[in-house]
Amino acid sequence: MASPLQPIDDYARTLAPETRAAVIKSAAFTSGQRIEVLRRDYEDPDALRKLARKIKQHTIDRLDHYLEQAESRLKAAGAQVHFATDGPSACRQVLKILQEHGVTRLVKSKSMATEEIHLNPFLEKHGIESIETDLGEFIVQIDDDHPSHIVRPIIHKNRRQVAESLERHGLGAYDDDPKTITRRARVHLREKYMQSGAGITGGNFVSAESGRMVLVTNEGNARFSMAPNKVHIAVIGIEKLVPRDRDLAVFLSLLARSATAQQITVYTQFINGPRSANQPSGPEHMHVVFLDNGRSQVLGGECREILRCIRCGACQNVCPVYRQASGHAYRAVYGGPIGAVLSPLIGDSISFSNYGDLPRASSLCGACREVCPVDIPIPDLLLKLRHGAKKAKLPSPGSPPMGPFADLATSPKLWRTSMTASRAMNYLPLQFAPVKPLRDWLDQRTLPKWRGGEFRRWLKQRPSPVEDQKKHA
Amino acid sequence: MAAPEHRPSSREVLFMMTCLCDAFYADVAKAAVQVLEHAGCQVSVPPDQTCCGQPPFNGGDFEVSRKVARHTAAVFAGERPIIVPSGSCAAMHFHGNALQFEAQPDREGVDSLGKRTWEIFDFLVHGLGLMSWPGVLPPRRIAIHHSCHTRGTHTGGAIRTLLGSIEGVELIEFGQDEQCCGFGGTFSVSFPHISAGMGTLKLDHILDAKPDLLVSGDMSCLMHLNGLATKQGREIPHRHAVEILAESLDRA
Ligand code: SF4
Repeated sequence: MASPLQPIDDYARTLAPETRAAVIKSAAFTSGQRIEVLRRDYEDPDALRKLARKIKQHTIDRLDHYLEQAESRLKAAGAQVHFATDGPSACRQVLKILQEHGVTRLVKSKSMATEEIHLNPFLEKHGIESIETDLGEFIVQIDDDHPSHIVRPIIHKNRRQVAESLERHGLGAYDDDPKTITRRARVHLREKYMQSGAGITGGNFVSAESGRMVLVTNEGNARFSMAPNKVHIAVIGIEKLVPRDRDLAVFLSLLARSATAQQITVYTQFINGPRSANQPSGPEHMHVVFLDNGRSQVLGGECREILRCIRCGACQNVCPVYRQASGHAYRAVYGGPIGAVLSPLIGDSISFSNYGDLPRASSLCGACREVCPVDIPIPDLLLKLRHGAKKAKLPSPGSPPMGPFADLATSPKLWRTSMTASRAMNYLPLQFAPVKPLRDWLDQRTLPKWRGGEFRRWLKQRPSPVEDQKKHA
Repeated sequence: MAAPEHRPSSREVLFMMTCLCDAFYADVAKAAVQVLEHAGCQVSVPPDQTCCGQPPFNGGDFEVSRKVARHTAAVFAGERPIIVPSGSCAAMHFHGNALQFEAQPDREGVDSLGKRTWEIFDFLVHGLGLMSWPGVLPPRRIAIHHSCHTRGTHTGGAIRTLLGSIEGVELIEFGQDEQCCGFGGTFSVSFPHISAGMGTLKLDHILDAKPDLLVSGDMSCLMHLNGLATKQGREIPHRHAVEILAESLDRA
């Protein structure tokens, strides 16, 4: 029976070579810079990572406490706090806030949480213009595309494609000079900032102690999204809390270095509620929407450690599977190892089967764990997800069944005979693989010559044979 | 996945040949025994050994892989150090088993496996304290591929220490050396195209450095890389690192 390829493998198979080359180049470059910067700046980068892990784990272990604390501090600072259990409810709450303030046009800065809940299409459906202001996200939006990387949304596009996008969107005749591209987008976006009635952002961290929220960007677009507007809405995953202001030092140090190999992002904003009486500008209304969308369930499960994630994308850059397949192959908002763990777990109940190939699409090489600034044991979590899928009896097309192999591996006599008779070939998992992947495997690789049992024979006929276990027992 | 800190390092050792050497790479297992004996070890090879259980484990089929692990734990029971010519199987013992037996009532037996298992180079250098290896080899540029399951262990350093000490050996570097060879066992069967892409990229980087020989502490990676290279009409002379030690002894 021919079995089709796994979705992510099929995507990788048909990926344009130049896209793959671009993805590899950028990912390898950033990975290299990341480690260089960390080693240059810290005697023991690993110690910092362990500290960050501890703080984040502590936070998610007491998440309800810190959420309550953050809520009360935010309210005390004059912000309004909302909780959304899932994507649709978050979208509705945002819409309600906008309608209450009579907003029909708004600007947005880059936020994975709003990608996760598909906020833009929802707002559009309700007649609200929502413009992405991060340059990459802006291109994604005008192309009706999806971001392919947590930190670099259009890494799958080259500058010629970007120039074509701008041209299609009526922003001037084709010109692929990066400076021109940036200038044109800037002119276009500046106008949008001035016409908008609200700014929507994500949030990188929220300190529970003070309710202070931190936003990092390299383009300053989050500031612009807020400055001219009366209303600021921040959509933030509930796991983005840290206990104290001083913890931010640890995470800001790690986030920029891990994400873009910068010591610090160009703009780091600390937002402490809406504009106060003595501030000359800034939004008068601040709304924080804390998004659950499956996170509390993750918190109660085997993969809770994934909630330590600070969305730096370092695991994605270093991941050899991502480098071959590109971010879109992961089909959901998050690509790379973080996506392989998160996508099956968050959102609605069908995610687990929809993204069933992702946890299996890893050689478990562990490069992700090595770079993760909060030391998430991603390969272990992938294994737990695979185990969970097995227990739930979810089909895993493309994976050979292992029962026969295990029977053989627990029957030493049969094992030895099979080895010698090279009959073990018949038990090799390969033989049970569905036809299409197996054919593709053998199309691209040879197997070494079978020499089963040879070592055992050599042991027996050595002049001073190696002692047998039994003599010792 | 760091290896456990305090493992027994007596010279009476149990040797685990690995299923790959049992089936394909007899020379590697022979070389390992010769090397251990040269280092003064008394080597026992339990005949009932089969496999560490990684194939079903990696598939998430813990029910099945626990059976294999229990069998292996029984075969290697006792106090003696267990020496494996594979960082991957060693990591299965001290890391994989801990994960799949997390909540199992009988985890003690497999815990004992983990607490006694050494990847062979780790054992030679950090168990027995060898800092160099005797012998001379004809001049050779050797590239080392560190298998992924030795990340965070002392194996990589140990291979460099011993191979680097042999006269005639020049260790050379290649690009993106932290990247995986693309094998990953059944991963390569379920995702043949991604896996082949990874392996091909790895081959490109290694061959760019023009080594005379590629060595590794894990045959699985070498098997995959060679399997790809052969189909692509490229040649990649390759051997397990322990074979280099044995060859050097032959010429000593
Ligand atoms: S899992 Fe770790 S490395 Fe990956 S994005 Fe999250 S914090 Fe960064």
